[in-house]
Amino acid sequence: MPGASSWSFREEDFKAISEHMNNLLRETNVKSLLLVDRSGQVVANVGEPPQFDPQAFASLTAADFSANDQLAKMIGEHEFSSLFHQGEKESMYLADIARRVILVALFDNRTTLGMVRLKVKTTVEDLTKLFEDMFKRVGTDNPKLEGFGSKEAEDEIDKLFG
Amino acid sequence: MSMINYASREINCKLVYYGPGLGGKTTNLEHVFGKVNPNARGKLISLATETERTLFFDFLPVDLGTVRGFKTRFHLYTVPGQVYYNASRKLILKGVDGVVFVADSQLERMEANIESMQNLYDNMAEYGYDLTRIPFVVQFNKRDLPNAAPLKDLQASLNPGWPLAEAEKQVQAPDPSVPGEFLVWQLPTGEWVQRAPVQEAVAVTGEGVFETLKTVSKLVLKSLG
Repeated sequence: MPGASSWSFREEDFKAISEHMNNLLRETNVKSLLLVDRSGQVVANVGEPPQFDPQAFASLTAADFSANDQLAKMIGEHEFSSLFHQGEKESMYLADIARRVILVALFDNRTTLGMVRLKVKTTVEDLTKLFEDMFKRVGTDNPKLEGFGSKEAEDEIDKLFG
Repeated sequence: MSMINYASREINCKLVYYGPGLGGKTTNLEHVFGKVNPNARGKLISLATETERTLFFDFLPVDLGTVRGFKTRFHLYTVPGQVYYNASRKLILKGVDGVVFVADSQLERMEANIESMQNLYDNMAEYGYDLTRIPFVVQFNKRDLPNAAPLKDLQASLNPGWPLAEAEKQVQAPDPSVPGEFLVWQLPTGEWVQRAPVQEAVAVTGEGVFETLKTVSKLVLKSLG
């Protein structure tokens, strides 16, 4: 593999992902759910609109998960498949999906950790299957963007940079 | 790892600024943060020690505009330059689409530059990434200092070039930022060589900062086609 692998998803993938997340939101009463990829990009979010910068949040989530992965290896574990951060009012629960994305649940005292953990488990299974199928179908190696190799695209790129 | 979202028509790409400690990586991001229209950028996140040395990374998302109807968003990261922090430095490279190596031009930092460049190659290789095949730009920073090494020496030590095997790329190409130098050229022995584009800079004043960002982002966008 010459460079980093890339991935893309279509509108129907996005719809299916959002549906699973909305179901989880309803079942658990968490405030919001975010799906973040391992390189720190926001894939989707549902529930209350976040009061913070979602991109910054995503980059920190990916770093948090990666750092904890290394800690897991140091103590002889393959990985920590989920993480829990407890605050006075707000807490967050993070779960790995297919080693490529992270599901983050933000919740307060309207629900409990036990409930979140229980319900997230099913959603993680569903989303893992969905992502694995998606990666199998579209492949993960540098998808070519239609029209990006064209002269027009090159001109547009040149124009962006003046 | 560029992520393409056809639903929202967005392309997200990850750029990493690499290099020795105190070389100016964070300063590059701070300059971009200060100059880009606030509507086109997010917050600058810095995970630093109390003495403002980068501990984990700095992060800045920037929107560069639209290409073929896709909004292009670049996530700029720096790594901690100090040798000690290699474990966290390596994590940041995960999923990288383009790399900027910020070299410190000062003569006495030459060894630190070389060590950091070697470390970059090693860390990339551990992920299975090939630095000679992904967008890569070398920035020679601190060109204003009296003890800055000549550009030629920096090039020879840090960016000597790599063998270019692909016949279709074997076309002599001048280096737009260094008159008289080439990005692709043929040695007297007949072998073809390619080197990374370079940019001279003084990051504290902003000189060369946007030029560097432009060069690497352009390469990344073109690599998507």
